[in-house]
Amino acid sequence: MATVLENVGTKTIEHLDYVGSLNIQLWATLRAMGSALPFVGNRYRWRATARQMFQIGVDALPMVSLMAICTGFILAMQGASELRRFGALHYVIDLVAVGFTRELGPLLTAIAVSGRSGSSFAAEIGTMKVTEELDSLRVMALEPVEFILAPKYLAALITVPCLSIASNLCGILAGGLFMFFSTRLAPLLYFRYVLDSIVLRDVITGLIKSVAFATIIAHVGCLEGFRVRGGPDSVGRSTTNAVVKSTFLVIVADAVFTAIFYLTVKS
Amino acid sequence: MPIISIRDLVVEYDGRRILDGLNLDIEHGETMVLLGGSGSGKSTLLRQILALERPKSGSVHVKGTDITRCSAAELKTLRRSIGVAFQSAALFNSLSVEDNVALTLREHTRLAPSIIDLVVWMKLAVVGLADFAKLHPQELSGGMKKRAAVARALALGPEILVLDEPSAGLDPIVAAELDELILLLKEAFQMTVIVVTHELPSAFRIADRIAMLYQGRFCSIGTRDEIKASQDPRVRQFLNRIPGNIAKAAAVAAYFEKYLHTPEAAA
Repeated sequence: MATVLENVGTKTIEHLDYVGSLNIQLWATLRAMGSALPFVGNRYRWRATARQMFQIGVDALPMVSLMAICTGFILAMQGASELRRFGALHYVIDLVAVGFTRELGPLLTAIAVSGRSGSSFAAEIGTMKVTEELDSLRVMALEPVEFILAPKYLAALITVPCLSIASNLCGILAGGLFMFFSTRLAPLLYFRYVLDSIVLRDVITGLIKSVAFATIIAHVGCLEGFRVRGGPDSVGRSTTNAVVKSTFLVIVADAVFTAIFYLTVKS
Repeated sequence: MPIISIRDLVVEYDGRRILDGLNLDIEHGETMVLLGGSGSGKSTLLRQILALERPKSGSVHVKGTDITRCSAAELKTLRRSIGVAFQSAALFNSLSVEDNVALTLREHTRLAPSIIDLVVWMKLAVVGLADFAKLHPQELSGGMKKRAAVARALALGPEILVLDEPSAGLDPIVAAELDELILLLKEAFQMTVIVVTHELPSAFRIADRIAMLYQGRFCSIGTRDEIKASQDPRVRQFLNRIPGNIAKAAAVAAYFEKYLHTPEAAA
């Protein structure tokens, strides 16, 4: 009995410790963020941010677009096969448009970015830890939080919502292609329907989510890197952890945000 | 007044005492060699002097400021007057050699780019790497990496130069060259140099004073000649390369004897 309690207690403390570290890191980064901004901040940080924006955003664009197009087709086809039985095929348009802007666009993007960039943050920072590069930054009076984390976080905050928008567009485009080939619905008419079915609120809630996802991915990835202890095997483990934990937390956060938006729209 | 003074420094990792009440004064302009075997606490002491870790108790004063208790801002200012070359060189792999050296100049000074280029060239010329400025760290040999790390440590013209195992892993010729370089730097720039090493020839070549660590305590502190003449058994053991208890033939034999006579082994 005592060992069971002990195990539960240890695990709980570990998880609390993790969440606490994430929060501390988030605040420290927000405080250091000013230096990464263009014009007012340090120009080397802004350059690093721009480089990160290429790596997180531009390089991921083909993959995110393709994922969104595939998912758009899947959603349209699965929806159509059921909705056709009720003669409500045109609801596929609503399904794809609302489903993507509110939910799938940001979520798919977050999963792609956490796999691509979350893991690379952890690997990069973890390697720097192992090779004493983090220590040498510190003794050179350059705080790793400001030097490494702030540019990455700012870049993620900017690019992940942008990628989400691209993902929304691709998904809706895929829905349009499906409707064109299955019912010969004219593309312009399709887009008219799409614009009728989504409201601004859908887009904004989607973007709020993607900002939250960007925060989770950047901070979990970097925290895993900073927590590396020991040798190269530890870097590998923390890279895996970064992807697993950030994907998990993204989905949990998605559920929480969706619940909040759902409850606020009813009242 | 000593430039660095350590008082009653105690460091513990997980309840294991690594440094046990150290006292040491390092005078301005002297070369202090911290000598000791593996696991004697040299690297831990160095991390304390660089304020990379906090001690359990005791104080480390650098230029009159207690770095174990001072604010982050004070530490940042203080760190600009300390240059560090780590054991693994810890050059930033993503930057070329010249960018590695230029990093602190760009971050902490407002010098014009042309002046920075000139300073970088001078620092690289001092360590004999002026022709290799454009290369990346992974393209350098071990000795060149260490020299590049020294050049980077010198970038801001520090008052205190800290070298962690400068000659470890280098062939005797390159190691000797590095010793001459250290002597030259001290001569030319009047720096206080702290060298952590376990290489005796190197220690006796460069040291003004030697502090010998043994199991977390100083067993002897003195000038080169004092250490050479020391009758302390631990110093003598180190200087005369007498093996310790770890692999005494009799002990090994006794161990196997015992193992063979235990019932489990027989069964």
